[in-house]
Amino acid sequence: MTIHQPLPGDDTAPAYNYAYLDEQTKRMIRRALLKAVAVPGYQVPFGSREMPLARGWGTGGIQITAAIIGPEDTLKVIDQGADDTTNAVSIRRFFEKTADARTTEATGEATIIQTRHRIPEAALTAGQVIVYQVPQPEPLRKLEPREAETRKMHAWAEYGLMQVKLYENIARFGEVTTTYDYPVMINGRYIMAPSPIPKFDNPKMHMSPALQLFGAGREKRIYALPPHTSVRSLDFEDHPFRIQSWSEPCALCAASDSYLDEVVIDDQGKRMFVCSDSHFCETRREAGHRGAMLGDATASGLVEESKS
Amino acid sequence: MTLHASFPETALEPAPLLSVVGVSRFYGERIGCADVSFDLWPGEVLGIVGESGSGKSTLLRCLAGIDQPDEGEVLFRGGSAPLDIYSVPEQERRRLMRTAWGIVHQNPRDGLRMDVSAGGNVGERLMDRGDRHYGQIRERALDWLARVEIAGSRIDDRPRQFSGGMQQRLQIARVLVSEPRLVFMDEPTGGLDVSVQARLLDLLRVLVRDLGLAAIIVTHDLAVARLLTDRLMVMKDGHVVEQGLTDQVLDDPHHAYTQLLTSAVLSV
Repeated sequence: MTIHQPLPGDDTAPAYNYAYLDEQTKRMIRRALLKAVAVPGYQVPFGSREMPLARGWGTGGIQITAAIIGPEDTLKVIDQGADDTTNAVSIRRFFEKTADARTTEATGEATIIQTRHRIPEAALTAGQVIVYQVPQPEPLRKLEPREAETRKMHAWAEYGLMQVKLYENIARFGEVTTTYDYPVMINGRYIMAPSPIPKFDNPKMHMSPALQLFGAGREKRIYALPPHTSVRSLDFEDHPFRIQSWSEPCALCAASDSYLDEVVIDDQGKRMFVCSDSHFCETRREAGHRGAMLGDATASGLVEESKS
Repeated sequence: MTLHASFPETALEPAPLLSVVGVSRFYGERIGCADVSFDLWPGEVLGIVGESGSGKSTLLRCLAGIDQPDEGEVLFRGGSAPLDIYSVPEQERRRLMRTAWGIVHQNPRDGLRMDVSAGGNVGERLMDRGDRHYGQIRERALDWLARVEIAGSRIDDRPRQFSGGMQQRLQIARVLVSEPRLVFMDEPTGGLDVSVQARLLDLLRVLVRDLGLAAIIVTHDLAVARLLTDRLMVMKDGHVVEQGLTDQVLDDPHHAYTQLLTSAVLSV
């Protein structure tokens, strides 16, 4: 059922506008998006609306998706890399109902990917749009609580303070310990919070052919990376940026180049490492890759039998 | 009054580092400071003395680019041409504040980042100006900690773990690391006990002389003024009532208020 259909007994006005938001709101968001694309990494304020979703659950991302989605689009929604978590399923269903959206779990088939905390493992291609849900758009916020001051710091590229934070990490722990929401320099100009994606995903943003949009609903900010924009993770010359690595491959699909989640599987301290990108992992299993624990997991019903 | 004749070493410098012309700042009806003019030459240390509420700190805030004066101008000669610091964009003024001059606050909490380690505090100005080599930043931080007599082993401690005197010395290191040409100090020894004060003064004297810094020191302590400064300005109710060489002003005060001030000092 689609709920933007007319109400019974009223043959003119639909219950909801297409994609939930009214047209003026979508225009307002699109104007903010255009400005954000024109100035990569700059945080554009916008009039964030109430959504049928708690603030902090992705209202920024969902508003951007609503503003750009059309009947021709195919939507993929992931939460921590997985297509089947509550948040992802709910948002997908929301757009199925309000925007007649076709939805998919396949990264390659999607035209819009709304994401929380991950970038899919499969490389994004030109024409795709990835929409990030952002809780805190201001990378300097923890260092400088005054909004007026952080705006000045961005305006004049006074970014020494961000480096002080990295310095503190190295001084205390011997390396930069920030593992997610790792600050990046956009186009050599603005420092940007990449949303809480693991730093493992930072290199994927660099020169990506896809359009990347960031929405922070509670903080009322939109920012963007146009395709083929340089994204440099901050570091020191003698402490270069490094991504996470694991000592073992995925226990289900044996991938050694993907981001792995650690899963505790019993109360004896046993654990397994599996791909956080569920679609990537399934695709590999279907292609015949078998991880060390796939047999056990299939036997106990944790994963479905591979179709191949 | 011209003073550069009495400073042969600075006579080589063709122009004053800082020229203050008719600076006034009002708080509504009340006067913060009124019609203050003077020149500060490279390498010179100027003291501003006066009782509480006489406008010393107001004047310092105007000179240091923190509060815009209501009248008058502050000309800073960083390069070749003098620059009116309030006519340039705020961006440029902030850049000057971070590089060409420094401010030592009375309360170290105002000048330090209390949740950042000593090394990070000292290194911040280096990173501000674009240094991106951790090892070199750390090396310079260690060097400066040694110069202000803080043990290198304390480099990763936070300022809140330091004593008051150490915090003040750390603040000085943090300011001087970028090798500014001009330093503003607001009561640098305020709130410290006398023996710590004495060591801090000693340190300041060495640093100022070694680095050829120009400095403006606001204090209500005439002993500090006598030790550190070349020239003295006495303020009362927002006006400069007397200025001249420090020894001259302190030993032969002309204005009635200065006479009162010098006679009020306890001699032990």
